[in-house]
Amino acid sequence: MAFAAFGPAALAERATPATLRKSWVAVALLAPGLAYLALFFVTPLVSLLVTSLNQPVLYGDVGQYEPALRVENYWTAIEHYWPHFLRAFVYALIATIVALAISYPVAYFIGVTARRWPFVQALALTLVIAPFFISFLLRTLAWKQILADDTPLVQFLKSIALIPPDGHVVGTDFSVVFGLVYNFIPFMTLPIYASLERLDTRYLEAGSDLYARPATVFWKVTLPLSLPGVVSGTLLTFIPAAGDFINASDTFLGSSRTQMVGNVIEANFLVLMNYPIAAALSVLLMGVILVLVGVYIRRSGTEDLV
Amino acid sequence: MRLSLGRWLLPLYVVLAFVFLLTPIVHTIVFSFNDSVRTNIHWNGFTLDNWANVCNAQGVCEAFGASIAVALTATLIATVLGTLLAIALGRYRFRGRRAATLLLFLPMATPEVVLGAGLAAQFLAARIEKGFWTVVIAHALFCLSFVVVTVKARIASLDPALEEAGRDLYGSPVQVFLRVTLPLLAPGIVAAALLSFALSFDDFIITRFNNGALTTFPVWVYTAAARGIPAEANVIASAVFILAIVVVVAVQTTNAARRKRWRPAR
Repeated sequence: MAFAAFGPAALAERATPATLRKSWVAVALLAPGLAYLALFFVTPLVSLLVTSLNQPVLYGDVGQYEPALRVENYWTAIEHYWPHFLRAFVYALIATIVALAISYPVAYFIGVTARRWPFVQALALTLVIAPFFISFLLRTLAWKQILADDTPLVQFLKSIALIPPDGHVVGTDFSVVFGLVYNFIPFMTLPIYASLERLDTRYLEAGSDLYARPATVFWKVTLPLSLPGVVSGTLLTFIPAAGDFINASDTFLGSSRTQMVGNVIEANFLVLMNYPIAAALSVLLMGVILVLVGVYIRRSGTEDLV
Repeated sequence: MRLSLGRWLLPLYVVLAFVFLLTPIVHTIVFSFNDSVRTNIHWNGFTLDNWANVCNAQGVCEAFGASIAVALTATLIATVLGTLLAIALGRYRFRGRRAATLLLFLPMATPEVVLGAGLAAQFLAARIEKGFWTVVIAHALFCLSFVVVTVKARIASLDPALEEAGRDLYGSPVQVFLRVTLPLLAPGIVAAALLSFALSFDDFIITRFNNGALTTFPVWVYTAAARGIPAEANVIASAVFILAIVVVVAVQTTNAARRKRWRPAR
């Protein structure tokens, strides 16, 4: 059942019975959770918005700000950090596409091919979620060590001239995207698996009975039926990847030339104590992601997903 | 007849994908046995010392304890609040239901760095000192949406006739809830709690903004990473990994056994 968390909500919705009962019970059930969200989700977003318009206290210490309406903070943020925004979205986009290319066949194998062998299916699912259980930071550091300059793998890549003799893997655009793909792949595989698992294979047989080639069956039947899973998987990969700052950090797989927007939010908030700029960057990041997600969900025709 | 190459292509691809997925895990576990001198980067030979004296690395066991305490508390809050929300959304029709669903979806669509910075800005504005409770509040927040989705999926797969039968047999609403609904939801609630625990235990990004002086295990690793991670960190991560795999296998085995037992009912 744990995998259901990543399943498309649309599928879960289908069996909702229309039981109409006393609405005060519903209110009582909703009140604590919604109050929690109001207090610790909505209010913080408002705090961010307010902070993003703050101005420094005149002759104040570092990190002292007062309420104002300094819209310039947004221009400063964009002017200084647009390359970090661009990098975050390009990295996240490439990572999402690569993760999809790796995940779809794996999810298909587990959800459709392995149906006959429940043991193989259970084993493969456990292996897919296995990376979740080893510390995120340590598994990223493990890749840093595996991809370090003097390791057998990198030496081999150099010997077949895939990497120039004086080249590096760690600290490049490649290693950051590589880390993003690795770290978020289970978020892609599980929802796709969840929709393929329910796929009725008789539709596929019907397709081939009607003389469709296997490729046609895939594009016209399998893929459309698994689309809700693909949409949730790409969202669950893209969003955390765009906001990530671990993989791109120079202690991990990145360097000063691979910093993403997450890195500059972290640096501005926690190191420079430049709260207004950090807040403005956060508001911009959230705004762009919400617009992208909205457009994506609408265009892919999976609005019930929400 | 299809080419035999075609038949083997998919399994081969899957095996390669699993090699990719498991490589850093194997690396982490292997290096927990490394007889490392100061940094744990090069292989120096096999030893069990790291496992025998895990707490030798300064602060690692305290950090582990802090992570467990945070994860347990955050899981408790998120599971209780999330289950109530899921029941309301899954079993009741009311005005504003779509708005409530959207509000629950939003935290999942918000990058962690924004959630973390937002809470930190709020704690700053309210002059609340960051520490254990600020981390718990932050963790319970992002676990909440995952609990709701997991439990709601379980509710959707339940047969409402079972609850109706309970009512037909003159069960009071409370009795029906406690003796019919809750036991049926239990597997979903347990799955949600395990997921929350795992998410909270491993979280770094939100924690980084709200931990104050509290050092959780990921915070400890992050701080140590700048000067080289001692092998003891690998020991803790490997032990957690093995334990988690055991739990998952146990859950899957009991589920399979239960499914076998209940097959006539399905």
